[in-house]
Amino acid sequence: MKISLEINGKKHEADVEPRLLLVHFLRDVANLTGTHIGCETSLCGACTVLLDDAAIKSCTVLAVQADGCRVTTIEGLASAGELHPVQKGFWEHHGLQCGYCTPGMIMAACGLLRENLSPSEAEIREGLEGNLCRCTGYQNIVDAVESAAREMAGAVK
Amino acid sequence: MIRLQHNVVHRPRTIDDACTLLAEYGPSAQLLAGGTDIMVLLNAGLLQADVFIDLWPLDELRGIDDLPDSLRIGALTTFSQILRSPAVERFAPALAAAARTIGAAQIQNRGTIGGNIANASPAADSLPVLSCLDADIELASVRSRRRVSIHSFHTGYRKTALAADEMIVAVHLPKTRTDERIEFYKVGTRRAQAISKVVLGARMQIAGGIVEHIALAYGSVAPTVVRARAAEAILLGQYPSPELASRAVAALDRDLKPITDLRSSAAYRRRVAGNLLERFLRKALQH
Ligand SMILES: Cc1cc2nc3c(=O)[nH]c(=O)nc-3n(C[C@H](O)[C@H](O)[C@H](O)COP(=O)(O)OP(=O)(O)OC[C@H]3O[C@@H](n4cnc5c(N)ncnc54)[C@H](O)[C@@H]3O)c2cc1C
Ligand code: FES
Ligand code: FES
Repeated sequence: MKISLEINGKKHEADVEPRLLLVHFLRDVANLTGTHIGCETSLCGACTVLLDDAAIKSCTVLAVQADGCRVTTIEGLASAGELHPVQKGFWEHHGLQCGYCTPGMIMAACGLLRENLSPSEAEIREGLEGNLCRCTGYQNIVDAVESAAREMAGAVK
Repeated sequence: MIRLQHNVVHRPRTIDDACTLLAEYGPSAQLLAGGTDIMVLLNAGLLQADVFIDLWPLDELRGIDDLPDSLRIGALTTFSQILRSPAVERFAPALAAAARTIGAAQIQNRGTIGGNIANASPAADSLPVLSCLDADIELASVRSRRRVSIHSFHTGYRKTALAADEMIVAVHLPKTRTDERIEFYKVGTRRAQAISKVVLGARMQIAGGIVEHIALAYGSVAPTVVRARAAEAILLGQYPSPELASRAVAALDRDLKPITDLRSSAAYRRRVAGNLLERFLRKALQH
């Protein structure tokens, strides 16, 4: 089936198998391997991307369902060599160890901050509840998102 | 006339087209909404289907209409949209509360109320709320449009009144009055991801000091959502008191037949169900 979608601001057209998952399209067709696969059963959140600005798990969406949509992946965050505030937050607050969950965590955090620019710690934990991390124990991740929120709120003012 | 194909995802643009596809393919077609239930099964190899009818592009299935006596929520409305709707917050706050606990953000952004209803899990979180509100489900097929009460829609464990060529187009919620108390409680192991253990949707109205209206709907305690009719009967028309509340809780023995499974024992679920009812009655009587 023919699809056309925008990924990180760039138009992609392809003829795909109806059963191809969006995450496989991103990794294997568009060669954007920053989006990880941890479970394919919608549990871990590693495959989280923004689809029309809302965080979703790309292992539970078919590529054909993204036809005509905008997708943002981890590769689309940094601009002109400058890290996105959420990426910077993870870097500065040691929000990662092995890094497997990180792209999904960051995209989920971006989805959360689009809705709520000054989330409380509880709201951050709630917003990231669909993402599992086996390494960090989450506190550094929460700190990272808090610092990104502060930076982004400052930029808006 | 549609040419029937295999290994295809149809993406109809109108409800009529979706119904025509359903009628042509019959039970071999699988409706797909947010995919949060279906895709998990598919990826796990637990579902065989090679024809999908993807409802996602159907904007006419989306949205919340604030009508004079009811809210009409399109089947494709996501839980994110529901929990942000001022009309839901005002007239059916317990539905917003339920939506907030369904999965986490990624699931709320994609999971739909129609999918939750059609999937017919005894642990589906929106269902106890729809039941205590006496909601109606609006169905469409090439043959007709019809409305079915939520009380007769789920006919058994994961069974529904949907015919093979029918789909859900909307759910109608009679508006609650501002002097009514309506609550959603969920007790589960991990707040959002847990397939819930015991869920209560409850609604009560007091007038002239007596219980004028009461509706108690439990999820996860039987093969379908159940109304606690015996407990409701004890409360209805009475002056509330701690003694009355105890009798209502005791009556739950007649209402609930908790399923024992790996998650927790029947006795535990029964006790939690009683605790939730006590909590609701205490809270509802505080004003
Ligand atoms: C990680 C995770 C956590 C979850 N947590 C919860 C939770 O806490 N509480 C809860 O209740 N659920 C939970 N779920 C289950 C799921 O998200 C919900 O049941 C959701 O509402 C399903 O909606 P959907 O649009 O994604 O359905 P889909 O997966 O697209 O479809 C589900 C079923 O409904 C049918 N269907 C869909 N739309 C229609 C329609 N309009 N007419 C007729 N049939 C239709 C489909 O054919 C299919 O059989 C969770 C799922 C995941 C993956
Ligand atoms: S790979 Fe998608 S949720 Fe784990
Ligand atoms: S950093 Fe290793 S899983 Fe999160």
